[in-house]
Amino acid sequence: MPKVIYIDVDGERHETEVSNGSSVMEGAIANGVEGILAICGGSCACSTCHGYIDDAWIDRVGPPNEIEESTLELALDRRTGSRLTCQIPMRDELDGLVVHVADNDG
Amino acid sequence: MAELPIIVVGAGQAGLQVAESLRRGGYDGSLALIGNEKILPYQRPPLSKQYLSEGMLEDRLLFRSSEYYEKKDIELVLGQHVSALDTSARSLIVDGKTRPYGKLALATGASARPLSVSGSEHEGVCYLRSVDDAKYIRGRLSADPQRVVAIGGGFIGLEVAGSARELGHSVTVIEAQERLMARVVSPLVSEYFRKVYRSRGVDIVLNVAVNRIERSTDGSLIVVLADTRTIPADLVVVGIGSSPHTELAETAGLHCDNGIVVDEFAQTSDPYVVAAGDCTMHKNSRLGIFHRLESVQNAVDQAKIAAMTLLGNQKPYDQVPWFWSDQLGAKLQMAGRSDGFNRTVMRGSMEDGEFSIFYFDDDVLIGVDSVNRPTDHVVSRKLLAAGANVPDQIIVDLEQNLKTLL
Repeated sequence: MPKVIYIDVDGERHETEVSNGSSVMEGAIANGVEGILAICGGSCACSTCHGYIDDAWIDRVGPPNEIEESTLELALDRRTGSRLTCQIPMRDELDGLVVHVADNDG
Repeated sequence: MAELPIIVVGAGQAGLQVAESLRRGGYDGSLALIGNEKILPYQRPPLSKQYLSEGMLEDRLLFRSSEYYEKKDIELVLGQHVSALDTSARSLIVDGKTRPYGKLALATGASARPLSVSGSEHEGVCYLRSVDDAKYIRGRLSADPQRVVAIGGGFIGLEVAGSARELGHSVTVIEAQERLMARVVSPLVSEYFRKVYRSRGVDIVLNVAVNRIERSTDGSLIVVLADTRTIPADLVVVGIGSSPHTELAETAGLHCDNGIVVDEFAQTSDPYVVAAGDCTMHKNSRLGIFHRLESVQNAVDQAKIAAMTLLGNQKPYDQVPWFWSDQLGAKLQMAGRSDGFNRTVMRGSMEDGEFSIFYFDDDVLIGVDSVNRPTDHVVSRKLLAAGANVPDQIIVDLEQNLKTLL
């Protein structure tokens, strides 16, 4: 299984396996990564699973689609690499992905 | 002596959020979350959507893994019933045992309002509130094509109807009022969805009550309407609203009125007890009204306020309400209010299946319903929160970006 490294909102590092097809958000939820709330359950409706893709990974993860792009408008502190983690399905090529969790509880 | 714990009663979306926000807010004392279902806290919205139509796995409904609760030192008390609350002694009776609390949060939720007509108790007549309910319905829908009747044309009835239709079943929706989702959307949106369902082969029967449900000789059901029409059914799903769980609060003498009454700080009539979520009749200081709201948004946002109150950091609840519903491929998103308007302005077109309706009370924007226009929804929430002035000519012109109004 590919691995994801989450740097949570308190700076704590979580390295965990996330099965192919599960979203990066689901991997965070299952492993109690602080800051990923996902209150809409992954329907791309709320922006509370917002994270920053590490610079080294932005190209491989790719840009948000149109719906995600609009929902990202709700995110508090949008930066380069901002993505809604519920919209990133895990796949082998993302093995080792580093995601910095945004402050979604503000 | 150790400080008495904070206890949260109800392990749904609001209860879990209270517990999480307490930890997030720095509370490091003893904390217990009590729920009457055995399963770990889980999300309800997918139960009528992906769980039914896409065979979503149960694990994916869970908010958090069991390790999370250990790590956060949240004592999970699952499958246990809170039978009494004594606010003067500050204690609860949980599965027959007394548990003292220092402070208490009630997030007891709501249950499906039962159908009271004759025959409601027949096997095959069911409700959708819990994962067990959804499991039963999913089991029934996995069989050969079924005749499904949804009683109630609100979100639950329609989402189940849509999911069942997508699975190839024949579906009828019966609504006692003259339009669908009458309590929550405007007539324009109701009519749009009636057409969507009709075009997808779902029968919509409006303006007529159910008189009784009979069992026919072959074991199937017959829904008999007040105008004597009969609709045969293999499965009847009832979605006619919900009743807040107030018994515990009411018996303890807390002020209740169609919900546990709380102020804008989620405070009940007892200084040591807060309440949040579906079970509350609450004040929203932005809207200036008391209301009961069954939504994820309310559960989460009000729970955060309740946690802050418990931590002695009061902040008024003034969030713009929002909600979403997925029905037969149409993404309906609502922000603010769609009642109390005296004029509407349309962006996009119903014919294209992508539109937003902006509701105004004179010149004041009070709400926006969007169908397949997520950007409008998102920007509208910000416009409503900012109390922005939103001119008609910008709304109707798709070339204009609403964001410029912020």
